[in-house]
Amino acid sequence: MPTTGFFTDSTVCIGCKACEVACKEWNDVPHDGFEWTGQSYDNTGGLGHSTWRHVKFVERVRDGATAWDFSSDVCKHCEHAGCLEACPTGSIVRTEFGGVFIQPDICNGCGYCIVTCPFGVVDRRPDDGRAFKCTFCYDRQKAGLEPACAKVCPTQSIQFGDLEALRVKAAERLTVLEARGVTDAVVYDPLHTSVGGTHAIFLVRGDVTEYNLPPNPEVPTTVLGAAWRAAGLASAALFGIILLAFLTGGRSALAP
Amino acid sequence: MDEVTDQQQADREARLDRLRDDAARLGPLTQPIAGYYGRPVLKPAIWTWEVPAYLFIGGAAGICAVIAWAAALFDNPALARDARHVAATGAALSPLLLISDLGRPGRFLNMLRVFKPQSPMSMGAWLVALFCTAEFGSVVGHLTGTVAGGAVARQCDLVAALAGLLLATYPGVLMGATAIPVWNRFARVLPWHFAASSLGAAASILELVGHRVQALNVIGLTAAVGVTALAVLTDFRRDGVSKPLVSGRSGTMSLLGDAFSGPLPLMLRLAASIWPAARLFAAAFAVAGSLLTRFAWVAAGRQSAQDPDLVLGVGSR
Repeated sequence: MPTTGFFTDSTVCIGCKACEVACKEWNDVPHDGFEWTGQSYDNTGGLGHSTWRHVKFVERVRDGATAWDFSSDVCKHCEHAGCLEACPTGSIVRTEFGGVFIQPDICNGCGYCIVTCPFGVVDRRPDDGRAFKCTFCYDRQKAGLEPACAKVCPTQSIQFGDLEALRVKAAERLTVLEARGVTDAVVYDPLHTSVGGTHAIFLVRGDVTEYNLPPNPEVPTTVLGAAWRAAGLASAALFGIILLAFLTGGRSALAP
Repeated sequence: MDEVTDQQQADREARLDRLRDDAARLGPLTQPIAGYYGRPVLKPAIWTWEVPAYLFIGGAAGICAVIAWAAALFDNPALARDARHVAATGAALSPLLLISDLGRPGRFLNMLRVFKPQSPMSMGAWLVALFCTAEFGSVVGHLTGTVAGGAVARQCDLVAALAGLLLATYPGVLMGATAIPVWNRFARVLPWHFAASSLGAAASILELVGHRVQALNVIGLTAAVGVTALAVLTDFRRDGVSKPLVSGRSGTMSLLGDAFSGPLPLMLRLAASIWPAARLFAAAFAVAGSLLTRFAWVAAGRQSAQDPDLVLGVGSR
């Protein structure tokens, strides 16, 4: 099976939010409230238990004029996924397409994946009790279909296909944009960190932090060794202290 | 949607008015210079009170199991029995607290579906299962009053003591190996902090039950010194990541928790040579401080997750 990926090219996104709608419809995701945020045309806010695609509306001044950039965010399906490593039930698995999938019939809602995701993607649905996130349309991929968001995208801002081919495509697109004088475009694919790259890569204009994309995401398992060593040493110290304390006076009562 | 109260509706209107005022004042550009509208990048833990309560109870029970084993070894059956009872009570409460915190409590057995060393939550679930089994065996074995029962119980006590040591320290790994900045930063300190805090709480609970052996006082003193030393590592930092440990509500809880389980019992225990009752006050403070410390770390994590600057690195821009 080839490893599949998303390449979200923000430079052609028109902010129509069809991806958000298609995702909700196909995956039967419930509504998660509505509120005016006052943050441009973004009243979705962020990814969550019931928002698996989220269009960001980035406002800035470019060349003296107000510029509006849109970018459709999604679960990154990390090469080294914090949620997958942390899941104590084995509910979160790597699919044959390389995506990260939460098996809803296994998840018991312990919530540990939520704090181990370096992108803040996973969350627990309060009225359901289980954790949810983008499934990478595992069911559609199994049937040979592309994910609902990519299928519905009217400008091909969301592209789906072989991950390595998409990485080449993203680099080519960057060259084309530079030739046209767009010098502030960057590809977001954190290959340089412990996350080891993402299966959802993004091309955005400007600074990635303006899109709430962490420049150096790290998979939390990197500190496991050091933390367990500390726990082991602390346990040994506890044992030694208690033994020594009893050696000094395990029976003799203090006055009174 | 859920029913909206008049108060919620009024709050909403007030917020929208503020947004309109901002729009009129600041012009068409709504995004701040740094970050994405200041929205958090990370999601906070959904843990409710059960988890920090478990961290306290599990840690204290784990150390009590070690004390029970040591007391039996050093021929103090009364202390061994009471320590065992505290450990067994903690062992009975821990799974109840953990299961009630699950989103799907009925599926708690799924925790034992896999054995996953790279997941501290999985290791914790197995550890709790082992500790509870050993404590159950110990209680039943001692109840039988037979020679065979006593032998089984003694083996169980040893297993419970070994599991108890890790039960008091693994929560540091559990919280350290996450994306939450303040927990991740102190991944190497948290196991020691929880160890010292649990050590002080366990000895203090047994003192409050009525035991006056010198060993417990020595343990209490050592734990107080340990917490004081660790508090110096965490409470005098001025960087952005450590902020929830020293300021705001979580900072207050953290500082109070450390003061209650570190310097305060240390001074009271030293004062006990001239004022014996001080030892009981020291014990009471250490227990309260240990409990508060767990709630403080969880609250600090929640605070830490809300701050996008810590992950985006835009604060210094």
